[in-house]
Amino acid sequence: MFSVTSEPLSIEEISNKVVRPEAGAVVTFTGTVREFTKGKRTLYLTYEAYASMAEKQLKRIGDEIKERWPDAMTAISHRTGKLGISDIAVVIAVSTPHRKDAYEANEYAIERIKEIVPIWKKEKWEDGEEWIGDQLEKSAGIPEKEEIR
Amino acid sequence: MIKVNCFAHLKELAGGNHIHIDKKELTVKELLEEVQRQYHIQTDSVLVAINEEYAFPDDQITEYDTVALIPPVSGG
Repeated sequence: MFSVTSEPLSIEEISNKVVRPEAGAVVTFTGTVREFTKGKRTLYLTYEAYASMAEKQLKRIGDEIKERWPDAMTAISHRTGKLGISDIAVVIAVSTPHRKDAYEANEYAIERIKEIVPIWKKEKWEDGEEWIGDQLEKSAGIPEKEEIR
Repeated sequence: MIKVNCFAHLKELAGGNHIHIDKKELTVKELLEEVQRQYHIQTDSVLVAINEEYAFPDDQITEYDTVALIPPVSGG
């Protein structure tokens, strides 16, 4: 249900993992590579992961969702390697009996991914490249003590 | 000898997938100080993972642990 892979992601395959009779709602979030960030053009991204730990952290997010929304079921896959514009970097599928919980839990999952999952992206621009960390993205990753245990 | 896995820009600074610290045991805080001293890598915003879990500054590391430096993440 929680994977890090260098293979292209299938939205339908990941979404289908959480389909079940109890669920009346499946919310699927797809994170794609954006061409322009603050006016700067991205040519491509390279994602690197500490894959074994990243999968554990994704599962942990699933557990946290279960604590907050006990009826939710979550599946998350994150891609690694070189991705072009509009390629899919992450897919999060959450199913719940009613839609409100699925929307909320899905948003919770992407926010947590940006905080605790050891995956990094390197932006390649026309005039250079850089690993992205806390210098550009406000919410990027230094978990507080209470967030990591 | 403690082997420390590196990722993202730390990998480039370290010049490889991992670095070695010549100790049998030390705390997370001491490890980061050693990394800074020996490899001149800025570790202010770097976390340490022991056996694939985030660790606290006072946690102990031994040479049998799987250790990694975790710079600020940017997945999603």
